Amino acid sequence: MDLRFTPEEVAFREEVRAFIRDNLPREIRERMRLGYPPRKQDTIDWMRILNAHGWAAYNWPKEHGGPGWSPIQRMIFNEENLAAPAPELLSFNITMIGPVLIQFGTPEQKAHFLPRARNLDDWWCQGFSEPGAGSDLASLKTRAVREGDDYVVNGQKIWTSTAHNADWCFCLVRTNPQAAKRQEGISFLLIDMKTPGIEVRPIISIDGSHHLNEVFFTDVKVPVANLVGEENKGWTVAKYLLGNERTGIARLGKSKERVRFAKEIAREVRHRGAPLIEDRGFRQRVAQMEVDMKALEITQLRVISAYAKAGGNRPDPLSSVLKVKGTELLQASSEMVMDVGGPQAMPIWQHELAAMANEPAIGPDWAAYMAAPYLMLRAASIYGGTNEIQKNILNKAVLGL
Amino acid sequence: MDFDLTDDQRLLSDSVAKLLAGTYSFEQRKALLKTPGGWSEALWNQFAELGLLGLPIAEEHGGFGGGPVDVMLLMQAFGRHLVLEPYLATVVLGGTALKLAGDAAQQGEILPEIAAGSLKLAFAHSERQSRYDVADVATTARRDAGGWVLEGAKSVVLHGDSADRLIVSARTAGGQDEAMGLSLFIVDAEASGLARRGYALRDGTRAAEVSLSGVRLPAEALLGEVDHALPVIDRVIEAGIAATAAEVIGTCETMQAMTLDYLKTRVQFGKPIGENQALQHRAAEMLIALEQGRSMAMLAAMSVEEPDPAERARAISMAKVGVGQAGRFVSQNAIQLHGGIGMTEEYAVGHFFRRVMVIEHLFGDTATHLDRLADQVA
Repeated sequence: MDLRFTPEEVAFREEVRAFIRDNLPREIRERMRLGYPPRKQDTIDWMRILNAHGWAAYNWPKEHGGPGWSPIQRMIFNEENLAAPAPELLSFNITMIGPVLIQFGTPEQKAHFLPRARNLDDWWCQGFSEPGAGSDLASLKTRAVREGDDYVVNGQKIWTSTAHNADWCFCLVRTNPQAAKRQEGISFLLIDMKTPGIEVRPIISIDGSHHLNEVFFTDVKVPVANLVGEENKGWTVAKYLLGNERTGIARLGKSKERVRFAKEIAREVRHRGAPLIEDRGFRQRVAQMEVDMKALEITQLRVISAYAKAGGNRPDPLSSVLKVKGTELLQASSEMVMDVGGPQAMPIWQHELAAMANEPAIGPDWAAYMAAPYLMLRAASIYGGTNEIQKNILNKAVLGL
Repeated sequence: MDFDLTDDQRLLSDSVAKLLAGTYSFEQRKALLKTPGGWSEALWNQFAELGLLGLPIAEEHGGFGGGPVDVMLLMQAFGRHLVLEPYLATVVLGGTALKLAGDAAQQGEILPEIAAGSLKLAFAHSERQSRYDVADVATTARRDAGGWVLEGAKSVVLHGDSADRLIVSARTAGGQDEAMGLSLFIVDAEASGLARRGYALRDGTRAAEVSLSGVRLPAEALLGEVDHALPVIDRVIEAGIAATAAEVIGTCETMQAMTLDYLKTRVQFGKPIGENQALQHRAAEMLIALEQGRSMAMLAAMSVEEPDPAERARAISMAKVGVGQAGRFVSQNAIQLHGGIGMTEEYAVGHFFRRVMVIEHLFGDTATHLDRLADQVA
């Protein structure tokens, strides 16, 4: 048993760090460091820079254009990318639809979609949740009826992140409402977002941003060639997608980067006549975060190394521990950043609008995105299976309750 | 990066588990608690025969040359059964002090006897006023006729009542809480002027108050360098933290298993109480805490031999905080989910609870170590 990284792993980390330092556009890094979310073009630019280097599809095998890294290397890459901070790779493309097509796709689907997904020529979104199907995903109602060489899709999806940016949507639809079990009548379709009959309506979230959407399908024709896996076997595909590569789920690099940012700003702002960083209460709060992050870092390594040993083909139920603790830490670090900013974090910052109108910005630049991530990250314990659902998974899979 | 155990480590775990399964049921342990010494000499000898007492001791001194991971596995197994024998005091604390500070003669004399089970040690450092301040030592040692004379008192000395020799810290220079001026001495428990009052801690393990009035020691009783013992004391404490961190994990594993069993069998409102989601989620939160704590116990084991003192101290403090908080969460909820039966002396869970409680208050509690980490925030 040894917690140290091997010399090869240390060298790999250096290589990744150097590449990101030398290739991440300065403007993107500076915006990210101040907590801004990446713009659509930032994500596209960064993904293409990585793809040109063979790294964008960081968790895919070599034969499909990935680097063929080990689980530990993937973790290191992810952490360095988050810590830079650089835009996160579009998970819909890289950790969701890519691995799904590699596992279940037809040769034609693989040949067409995989290269485009890793170069972000297609921006994917995920059509899973519906108004009546959240945690209980198998109760979804969006209907697809076979007519000749097409499926005709009618229904509604909701909470569809970045659907307004998306070129394609991978979608769960009901193809057999009469199936004995609800899970048995579901199929997995790839839908071109430009198809007539699709309407995307924005949902503005509590941080004021447009990230979420409703997507309505009215008589949308989807070629049968865009079915992934067998008809009525879509639940198997969805389960694979949700269980695949959950080791990056903790997004620990993000929490670490945010705590570093909080400490940096805490040297500037003052509290009771001294820099906030010198306040004992604040220091204890940072120390507690660092303890919790260290514990999660080791737990993550344990899960990854067990995953690697099992041949990488079975999701470890303990990855639910990573989801719960990882999102709690993301939330706690965003709270800490906001609290450091205090009242400076409260104005609605309209940086882009102010720049367009040639007006001075409100407040210091570091305060611009101190409250928005706190607001948006309330979703972290809701998406990807709520933290309560994760506890149900632990109960069933580990504790036998 | 490697979380695998070696074949030897698996063998060690298995053989200890087998030994304790046969000797350390809750009933057997209760009987031991009622004996005057509070633990079993016979088992201690069995530990020696199995090589457990020499586990971290070098082969040249009759040990097995094992490392911190071996000790972690053993302490975890001890935690699962609430082993009462003075392993922590003798092998971990005493053995570490000898290993770090002993000269060839001291090591050659004492370490083989530890491994053989014929000599027990105790680490007599803390005092009534010192709480968790490691440098706060009022006991003094003054030079006299080529030797030393000890004056003072030591408090809550783990297994101090049964030790054959005590490793006593004393001030040879400097003010009461100065880092410089501390020295360690090996003192025979029967030395004239040394008095012990033994008692049980809240978890049934033994400890003693030790008074030292005019205890005369020969020059060769000095352990390590005069005036410079603090770094050694720190490392002995770090070894104690790593060992007890693993013990807490074993203790929590048993509490978690007992709680799950109870949730599945206790029927109320016509169904097992474990069918209630409120209780299921609490059980999942206990599991999460246990796994996070386990990660930190691993960190402690793999940091005790880190050569950089600052990095080592930081990792150990992180582990003490992480394991302390995990232990509290798991043990408090173990009682809560058991309900009334968990409050009774005749039921095991409360005994495990008390072991976690005692360990949290050894070697600096959670708040103390969090404070040390807070000092270093940069």
